Amino acid sequence: MAALLKKKKSREAEIPMASMADIAFLLLIFFLVTTTIDVDTGIGMVLPPPLDQEQDPPPVKERNMLKILISDQGAVLLEDKPSAINLVRGEVIKHITNDGADPNYAESARKAVVSIKTARQTPYESYVGVLDEVWMGYFEVWDGEARKLGFPNYKDYVAELGDSKDNEVRDKIPAAISIAEPDPS
Amino acid sequence: MSSHFKKKTSTKQEIPLASLPDIIFMLLIFFMVTTVLRETTVQVRTLLPRAEALTKIDQKRLVSYLYVGPKKLPGNKLGDTAVQIDDALIDDVNAIRTVMYRKLLEQPKLIVSLRVDETSEMGIVLDVQQELRQAGTLRINYSTKREL
Repeated sequence: MAALLKKKKSREAEIPMASMADIAFLLLIFFLVTTTIDVDTGIGMVLPPPLDQEQDPPPVKERNMLKILISDQGAVLLEDKPSAINLVRGEVIKHITNDGADPNYAESARKAVVSIKTARQTPYESYVGVLDEVWMGYFEVWDGEARKLGFPNYKDYVAELGDSKDNEVRDKIPAAISIAEPDPS
Repeated sequence: MSSHFKKKTSTKQEIPLASLPDIIFMLLIFFMVTTVLRETTVQVRTLLPRAEALTKIDQKRLVSYLYVGPKKLPGNKLGDTAVQIDDALIDDVNAIRTVMYRKLLEQPKLIVSLRVDETSEMGIVLDVQQELRQAGTLRINYSTKREL
């Protein structure tokens, strides 16, 4: 008799669990609909710190600087010569891997600078197109350096490095891309 | 006799449903954790350009967005180019400096993601970059889509 009474009591305190799944489903659907799993991608850059008014920008030798000018129509001028956008990558690679061989290109990879100059009316799209080509040039050179270290490509090398800042490839060939101010018109 | 058989088979095919809420809760918790609720409405059009040399931003909490593009007007029309940070349109470009400096104090490793419309002119982008330099937020990211 005592056992029977106990059983009855526990039954009374029970919460119906049948609707639990339905409630959870509703919440699940809400979060499914509102979730956006998109990874932000883009071209990363680091801006130079602001200069003092009277301080001049650090001098760069003419031969170490690869000048790319993008006109207000989006046309590309490579070292003052009109050029197609898909030639930029090859020039950048030639410039940073020159190592003093050709007097028109950089003395060493460490001293090489790529300067991108635009007009104020230049469309952003053409600027990003050129910047992309320059970065792809650097990535191709870095891929080659990573292969010398025994990695299939630069991305795998960076993944292997993890959080450590000791990036040998980038120490050897730093990416120096300068965004020049347009001439006052 | 036939009804007896039927009953027996039906009990055999039953799936245990006791663990169903647990499974659903697991999924629910996964989506709750991964969800980033969009808290801003973008008032300018940002059609992003495409590029190949992409880097991913893994830590979303470091990112602050800055939108540049033609203003969206009622009736699918586009207005003048404007700059937007968070929820507000910035009237004066020089105001970016203070806004970004305050954000930098909160998050010293701040990355500013520039979501610029592909039709925008470089002039406004360069002005924004000058302001970011003054604010000290030097890590930027030109938001682009993957080239097809």
